[in-house]
Amino acid sequence: MAKKRMIQAINETLDSEMAKDPKIVLFGEDVEISLFGDTVGLKDKHGAHRVRNMPISETVMSGMAVGAAAAGYKVVCHMMFGNFMYTGFDSIANQASKLRYMTAGQISLPIVYMSVFGGGRSAAAQHSDAMHPMFMNLGGIKVALPATPADAAGLLRASIHDPNPVVFLQAAGRGGESGEVPDGEVIFELGKAATVHDGDDVTMVAIGAMVRPALRAAKRLAEDGIGVDLIDPRTMVPLDTEAILSSVRRTGRLVVVDEARDLCSAASHVAAVCADQCFEALKAPIKRVTVPDLAMPYSPPLEKALLPNEGSISATVRDLLGKPAGVEA
Amino acid sequence: MTSSGADTNFSNEQMLGFYRDMLRIRRVEEQLGKDSLAGNLPGAVHLYIGQEAVGVGICSQLRDDDWIASNHRGHGHFLAKGGDTKLLVAEVYGRKTGICRGHGGSMHVADFSKGIIGANGIVGAGISITTGAAWAAQLDGNGAVGVAFFGDGAANQGVLCEALNVSTLWKLPVIFVCENNGFSEFSPYSTVTSGSIADRAKPYGAAHETIDGNDLIEVWQCAARAIRRARDGKGPTLIEARTYRHSGHVVGEHTFLSGTYRSEEEVEQKKAGDPIPAFAKRILEAGQASQADLDRIDAEITAEVAEAVAFAEESPYPDPADQGAGYMFA
Repeated sequence: MAKKRMIQAINETLDSEMAKDPKIVLFGEDVEISLFGDTVGLKDKHGAHRVRNMPISETVMSGMAVGAAAAGYKVVCHMMFGNFMYTGFDSIANQASKLRYMTAGQISLPIVYMSVFGGGRSAAAQHSDAMHPMFMNLGGIKVALPATPADAAGLLRASIHDPNPVVFLQAAGRGGESGEVPDGEVIFELGKAATVHDGDDVTMVAIGAMVRPALRAAKRLAEDGIGVDLIDPRTMVPLDTEAILSSVRRTGRLVVVDEARDLCSAASHVAAVCADQCFEALKAPIKRVTVPDLAMPYSPPLEKALLPNEGSISATVRDLLGKPAGVEA
Repeated sequence: MTSSGADTNFSNEQMLGFYRDMLRIRRVEEQLGKDSLAGNLPGAVHLYIGQEAVGVGICSQLRDDDWIASNHRGHGHFLAKGGDTKLLVAEVYGRKTGICRGHGGSMHVADFSKGIIGANGIVGAGISITTGAAWAAQLDGNGAVGVAFFGDGAANQGVLCEALNVSTLWKLPVIFVCENNGFSEFSPYSTVTSGSIADRAKPYGAAHETIDGNDLIEVWQCAARAIRRARDGKGPTLIEARTYRHSGHVVGEHTFLSGTYRSEEEVEQKKAGDPIPAFAKRILEAGQASQADLDRIDAEITAEVAEAVAFAEESPYPDPADQGAGYMFA
């Protein structure tokens, strides 16, 4: 174990994988100097032909990833901000996610489309979306959402090894956060959830950056005798539904915390799966803690009010259990 | 610039090979057009008739490890690059034996084993994919090239400019082939396109040529220059091959369009530039073959098409119980 920042975990993973496999290439917006620090120094180590800055041309960039992968490379395409993936969406939505199926499995497309995503930094609406639900609905793309530096290392390594396209979304503004990362080549199977806090009263599924405030809430609630079983799904495609269902069957309650807007959020999908598959176990309605259906604002107080936080997460759990704050549990 | 008619002498065998390859596309397309009108095909069919000299003139000098990507009008490119006639026809028929086992259909025929990244239903999509494949070829250092075929409609997608920029900057071995057939779906060129398409390479400093796309030899010579440039590490070429779409955008369009977008007179006049009879005349006048030779080739192709249709008709549809879920993820 060693304490590492998330960008450091990502950087070291890219470095060690590129050192082992000459077929891995990394290209994208400013990957040489690296805006976030996650790809810094890799050009010097692995060569200008394998680590390349792209023009700000997302349409051709996302498609080049498809072509290079089809021609035998393992491609890491850094699109900087998740919102920029909208600009390059055709090749992700129409090509990367579908060409294997449409050609009856003639090819696999090992591509990692990576970017930061989400709010909290006054970057305003065009740099702050949480777009993972949109990718979940494409069908042929895996979706990885690391919550910690360890997640980032383990999920990125698995994403690079995966023969399929993966969208790897790191929480914006969290790159500098530290966390313990296991020594050696940590790898987390895509589709395998982690339980990050144990409890018997309510199951909580927190997605990506929401794991941290959810964990804080779980710890605080535990002090009041409320047991939260907190699950970090790590990937939304594939989704470890068994881990979620077995927890809900035990606790009878579910709260899903998601940074996406409420309408068709990833939380909505988790809620639907549980309503469908373990309705008989539910003692209370399923609750979603999400972002209101508004664009992300610029001004800090406005933005802060929209994002789920420890307070709003705790309040949702307390309401669900009929145990408001300040009342003896 | 236009081609300078370099002195290229083709053997009789080569000339007949070109003729055969063009005629194969023509006869397959005529068959599929007929099948589509008769309601025998599940989906839409976009015919390549009239443009055969472009696909054959270029693909006839590509290797198996060279990549091509195509568009919705992609049967011709598939066949020109060595795709199998039976597997193509069975795919368009939606059968289990098709090249994509009935999962892609007419607009998505692909055979990666032959460097055919495939037809594509998104206008202009092949441009970026081919650019990426060309990057891979450059990294491999094996001299392979990528060729993107697209129409004048796709030339109006911004991705062409993005691809010209990055491929020139990186000196990628890629050739952008715009088959200017006069129409963006149902819109004549002049109503949706300004200037000349080849000129779009100029500001990027990319090589570019405008050629008569109905003249196979001119296409071949231009492609030879572009391929040489690409294999030599000198970067991309944009080729604008002027041709004409004999059929409509899609077979059967007269049944749903409320009006017309081109006159019968125009179509008849342009059909006079049909590349196949012109090429036959060239062969005959040069004494490289007899009419009997050409007739024999036609008979052989006709038999090949009939065999492909029989193969498709005898093939089962894919089993609905097997939805190909295994194809979603490797």
